[in-house]
Amino acid sequence: MTITLPDAELLFKQLVEKIKPLITADTALVGIHSGGVWLLERLLAELGNDVKHGTLDVSFYRDDFNQRGLHAEPKPSNIPFEVEGSHIILIDDVFYTGRTIRAAMNELFDYGRPASISLAVLANRGGRELPIMPQISTFDIDLVANKNLQLLRHDDGRFYLQLEESD
Amino acid sequence: MHNPQLSDDGKLKHLLSIEGLPRNILNQILDTAESFVGVAEREVKKVPLLRGKTVCNIFFENSTRTRTTFEIAAKRLSADVINLNVNTSSQSKGETILDTIDNLIAMHADMFVVRHAQSGAAHFIARHVGPHINVINAGDGRHAHPTQGLLDVFTVRHYKPDMHNLRVAIVGDVLHSRVARSEIHALTTLGVPEVRVIAPKTLLPQHVEKLGVHVYHDMREGLKDVDVVMMLRLQNERMNGALLPSAQEYFKCYGLTQEKLDYAKPDAIVMHPGPMNRGVEIDSAVADGNQSVILPQVTYGIAVRMAVMSILAGNS
Repeated sequence: MTITLPDAELLFKQLVEKIKPLITADTALVGIHSGGVWLLERLLAELGNDVKHGTLDVSFYRDDFNQRGLHAEPKPSNIPFEVEGSHIILIDDVFYTGRTIRAAMNELFDYGRPASISLAVLANRGGRELPIMPQISTFDIDLVANKNLQLLRHDDGRFYLQLEESD
Repeated sequence: MHNPQLSDDGKLKHLLSIEGLPRNILNQILDTAESFVGVAEREVKKVPLLRGKTVCNIFFENSTRTRTTFEIAAKRLSADVINLNVNTSSQSKGETILDTIDNLIAMHADMFVVRHAQSGAAHFIARHVGPHINVINAGDGRHAHPTQGLLDVFTVRHYKPDMHNLRVAIVGDVLHSRVARSEIHALTTLGVPEVRVIAPKTLLPQHVEKLGVHVYHDMREGLKDVDVVMMLRLQNERMNGALLPSAQEYFKCYGLTQEKLDYAKPDAIVMHPGPMNRGVEIDSAVADGNQSVILPQVTYGIAVRMAVMSILAGNS
């Protein structure tokens, strides 16, 4: 069966509309490398750069370090705002097992105790393995394990979704 | 030739020497260290990568500073750390190095950080341990001190990111310095086009040019237009030997003063692996001056050691 993927640019517009009403002085947006950071950059352009924000690379917090070792190119995390008391919206491109988000939450708590953490993703592809779910998602689909849904960027920065199949 | 530091698939298994390591592995360590620098600035200065692992700092030769930075690095990775000053315990009772190592393996140690006065000691231990154990050389004889070499190039890269356009001078006791050897290998592997060594003939190894360095005996000439000045430690006990006339004489010729530093580029940085002999290798005003990056070197040393430990643990 052929799966037709939606236009990622339209999904992004929906994401902006869903996040916009949640922004207050206490809100901070945190993008997870690398797709979540791409989304964060575009969100800030839409919502205004004065929204508190930061980036996370969860390489040092992954639960599969003993099996897979360290990611070859970790990026420094950058949380330049006061985490204590902030309402944080984590931004990621595709939600799958929930393990990345667990790692991201563990890392955030090493900066301080946030008032709340929510999760916004462009796509929820199914396959959750932990009791973690996105509060905001613009596209939900149930994919089998050997399908890999990815957010990619054209040279001009526009988003598109791609589905790959592994053996 | 087989490199005992690398696994069959080319991954770093032990860190024994910079010599023979490819540029991509050095860059992986430096890039990973970049991500660890921020960990020290957080509320919780720890990441969970080595949780459940046991790191043994086995120091057959004293070094409080190196041992402490390895200990902090391992603890920031959430490892359990055991410190052993072997020269004051087992060896004095007649136990061999391998007996000591076998006992620690039986205690389920996962990583050995080894300092020894004999060149090749870390290689010897690495050949002995099983594939699940990683060995890091924390200084062996006159041979190598790879993590110091790496933290020095990390510091250089931090302040002078364009490594392909640099002149670096290494000044002082190159002959006895394992640090200098590791620095030279790291700098040349990473593409620094001109590395100079500045020292009296008595403190230079024979055929040092074969390492790819330019040799200078005059400090002012050697420092001309350099971007980085790496000072080396001079051990006081060598002052009275035949290698040097006196500490005062050495300072006059090879001690770094502001007057000599002015021959380097105006934005040149000054480094020293510590501990410093003020007034012998370096003038206090320079050590504490605005071109000095000696204390940031210490800070970066922890991040670099965290990077090495986590890469090794992830590859085993």
